[in-house]
Order: sequence, then structure tokens, then C-alpha cells
Amino acid sequence: MNWRRVVDRVSEILIFTVALVAIAIILLIFVYVGREAFPLVTGTAEGLTLASPFTAPYTWQPVSNTPKYNVFPLILGTIKVTIIAMLIATPLALAAALYTSEFAPRGLREWIKPAIELLAGIPSVVLGFFALMVLATWVQAGFHIAYRLNALTAGIALAFAIIPIIYTVSEDAMTAVPRLYREASLALGASKGQTAVRVILPAAIPGIAAAIVLGFGRAIGETMIVLMVSGNSATWSLDPTNPVRTLSATIAAEMAEAVFGSGHYRILFFIGSLLFIITGVLNWMGERFNRRLRERLFGSS
Amino acid sequence: MRKKSLIALVFTVMLGCSAPPDRQTITVKGSDTMVLLGQRWAEVYMKAHPDVTIQVTGGGSGTGIAALINGTTQICQASRPMKAEEKNSVKEQRHGDAVETPVALDALAVYLNKDNPVEHLDMDQVARIFRGEVTNWKEVGGKNAPIVLYGRENNSGTYVFFKEHVLKNADYAEKYQALPGTAAVINAVQKDPGGVGYGGIGYAKDVKTISIAKDPAANPVAPTMDNVLNNTYPLSRQLFWYTAGAPAGAMKDFVDWVLGPEGQKIVTDVGYYPLKAQAQ
Repeated sequence: MNWRRVVDRVSEILIFTVALVAIAIILLIFVYVGREAFPLVTGTAEGLTLASPFTAPYTWQPVSNTPKYNVFPLILGTIKVTIIAMLIATPLALAAALYTSEFAPRGLREWIKPAIELLAGIPSVVLGFFALMVLATWVQAGFHIAYRLNALTAGIALAFAIIPIIYTVSEDAMTAVPRLYREASLALGASKGQTAVRVILPAAIPGIAAAIVLGFGRAIGETMIVLMVSGNSATWSLDPTNPVRTLSATIAAEMAEAVFGSGHYRILFFIGSLLFIITGVLNWMGERFNRRLRERLFGSS
Repeated sequence: MRKKSLIALVFTVMLGCSAPPDRQTITVKGSDTMVLLGQRWAEVYMKAHPDVTIQVTGGGSGTGIAALINGTTQICQASRPMKAEEKNSVKEQRHGDAVETPVALDALAVYLNKDNPVEHLDMDQVARIFRGEVTNWKEVGGKNAPIVLYGRENNSGTYVFFKEHVLKNADYAEKYQALPGTAAVINAVQKDPGGVGYGGIGYAKDVKTISIAKDPAANPVAPTMDNVLNNTYPLSRQLFWYTAGAPAGAMKDFVDWVLGPEGQKIVTDVGYYPLKAQAQ
């Protein structure tokens, strides 16, 4: 009997099973979350249906004589905070990545990369605490905002959390651009700056797009920072200096209180499914976008 | 507050692991307003009764009541009375009536920033401020500055009590900012010159607790012990313990001790007010 082949076969099956378990867990979570929200499809005892979270008035007042569960203010809040965070984090992270991969001396690069990646290891509750105690005061004084806790502060704090993700993935993509590209560009007389912006950046676009999508996913789902810094009021306005309440913070704040099986509980699980679907669709779109770009840039692979 | 209850949880879990198996364990869960109080009671009581382990956690009155219904806590601390349907759920799930024991008194205080010149408000003004009808301090005798509302999340007994007794069940303003725990509310009001918040008197530190008049014609009353005991402060309230069925055994000893002179002295130490019977 050939032992090596047996060992190979067994480990292959083992690894396959582990991969299958991971997929199964994600599926089961989705099934569970969906099942808890399902009674909304048929209508709950309180008369809530799938349409209830989307019908006027545009307020979120779950503890009230007539509870109002409109999710639009929460969706708007999530989008506001996420967009602010992305607008701040993307240029900073990409510039830092371009610098470390193209301009930084070797010795420096070996310091910068781990240092920024260390930022990803900071627990979000610590980032949130810093933002709550220090950053909020600076932002309020700097922009003369009436509200100490607002979407802008939350967005800036959130940017700290997603910079390392966008940075690491896009930096890897830039470093992975073949040396030949650089050498060819320099040989044609392009400066280092021209090479970085016109050659390296376009060549690394698929990786950068993936980095941005990953950062976006993290920003939408991030809970602790926004729970601590956003002020948690479900406002129906576009003003970034108003306090906001996000989908994820709402689940975190209210799930412990919601009576098991009540309408409020169902709606919170519905919000959970909504977040699940949003991040799922985003990831899928990112993947498609990525593949298409890769095909266009490098031919079908 | 979350952090504090987490530390308490870790601490009690560690204690629990090292405890011999014959120890009695009592779990206490609920109101964030009362978590400090519960912890002090537990510490002092456990020192005198080494055979009893008491685990105290917060999370909010709503969380504690849900835990009592689900049977994951023995004593529920609540800063608001239980609703009839909650009592029914306890009866159904735990096969015992929800027994209510008032354990302390509290003045639900309205906090202002120290630099705010406003010294007193009447109940109607407070209600209009938190409903979002009054949005500038100059409308209630203060500076020309916007009012920023802070308060608790909706799992809080204090949130519900304030809504019922001050807002007369109307909804909070849209821009009402919900913060996790009274400590966070205090922190926000300390830092925000236009801020106003509410919470238990035991937490008030480096903020101004204003006097409140029952109606515009009445005299404003400060949230002091005397005014709570003689019932002139309009936002006096009882703090409760709930158990499923009357407490028995080690739990009864603990409850009796809390209601006795030693337990009631701790109430004063923590910053709340003792029950009437003991004070007189």
C-alpha cells in the first residue's frame, strides 16, 4: 500500500471538509437570521409586514405608544457615515500605498508597512473611545459644529479603521506589478512620479478595486465605533454635521432589550438580513468588477 | 457602563471558578442605573458571607427583565416598575409571581453643563425640550445657544421612566442622542456647553443638577434627599428588585440585609437615597 498516497488523500478530504464547514456556517447564519425575520413575510401579531420598515413616517421610535420602525433614517445614516469614511480613507491609504511601494527606501518600507498594519489590530472599541474623548472635541472646535457627536466625527473615526485594510491590499497589488513595467517606463524617459501614477497605478487597479470594496464592507458593518461616536439619533437629513444612527449600531443597542419573538425583535433581524445582503451584493459586485478589469487589462486569464 | 459591567462579569467568573462547589451563587442583572449599587452591596455582603457568591451585571432594566423571564438571572434590578405583560411572562415562564421589592429611592436628575446659567426648569419646559419643541436655551432663560439632547438607549428603564413621567408618553425628539449608559451621558454633558441629559442622582459628577418645578406656578425643588423623602421633587422614583416567586434561602438573607441598616447605608454611600422606613 502506498502510504503517501493515503496521507495525501486523507488530508485532501480533511481540507475539503473544513472548507465546506466554513461555507456551511455562513449559510446557516444566513438561514438563522432570515428565519427569525421570516414572520414579517406573513405578518406578525403586531400587524408588521415586510413593507412596514419602508412606510412613512420616516422615524425610528421602537419604544413608543405606536412603535415606528422606518429603516430609511438608519440606511441614510449608514450611507452617510460610510461615504465620509471612504472619502477620507481611500485617498490617504492609496497615497500611502503608492509611496511605500514606489518611493520609500527599502529600510523605511519595512517599518511603514507593519506600522500601518498594526493599526488594523487596534480593537474598534479603543478607536471609538479615542474618538469619543479626543477626536470629537477637535472636530467640533475645528468645524464649529453644534453637535459634538455627529456623522462627520464618526466617519473620520471609521476611516482610521479602514485605512489599514485599503492600504495593505492595494500596496500588495502595487508591489506585485512586474518589475519589467517599471524598467520599461523609466527606460522610455518617464520620471519616477510619472511611472507611479501612469503605469503602476493603472496596472494595479484590480487589486485597488478589491481593496476599496473590502474597506467598504468593513465600514458598513463596523459597529462599536459608530455606536460610541455617532450620537445614535435616527435623523432624516443629509447634513453630515447632524448625529446619525446606523443599521449596525441599532442592532447592537436594541437587540438585548427586544422581547424574544416580538415585532421589534423581528425587525432587528430583518435589519441584520439587510446588512448581510448589502455586504454580499457588494462583495459579488467587487469580484465581478475585479475580474472584468483583469480581463481587459491583461487579456483573459 | 458596559465596560464596568464587563469587568464585574470577568471578576465574578474568576471568583466562580475558584469557588468550592458547595457555595451559593446569586445572580443579579438589570438596570445600569443600579449596577454600581448592586456591586457595592455584593462586595460588602460577600465579605461578611464568604459562602455566598453574588454576580452583578448591568445591561439595562429591559435586559434584566428579559433575563428574569428567560431564567438567566435570579434577581432583576429595575429602575422602572415592571409592566403587566412582563409580569405575566414571568408567571408563565418561571411558574412564580414576579415579586417586587423596592430597595432604594432615586431622584431622576436633569443634568446641565456647569457653564450653563439656567438654574431651574419646570416639568413642561423639560418635556418640551426633550420633545424637540424648544431648541434654544434662550427660550427657557439661558444663553442664545442650541440645546443638545442626550439620554439613554431604549433598553434603559430610565429612558422609559422619563418618557412616561416627563414626556407624557410622547416620542423623544428626532435629534435626541442615545448613549450607552448614564456614565456616557454625564461625560457628554460635561463636554458640551449646550448639552442636557438625565439619569440617576448617584452618577451626577461635574455636572449641574437643576431644580425642577412641578408646574410653572410652583416653586422649583432641588433633587436632594429631603425633597425625595418628602416627595416634593417631581422626579422621585423607586428602584426595584424583582424575583420570580418570593425570595427564599440565601437569596432571602441577601434581600433582608439590603433592606436593613447596613444595606441602606450603602445606598447613601453610592449617592442614592434610602427607603423612607429606614430614614425616619
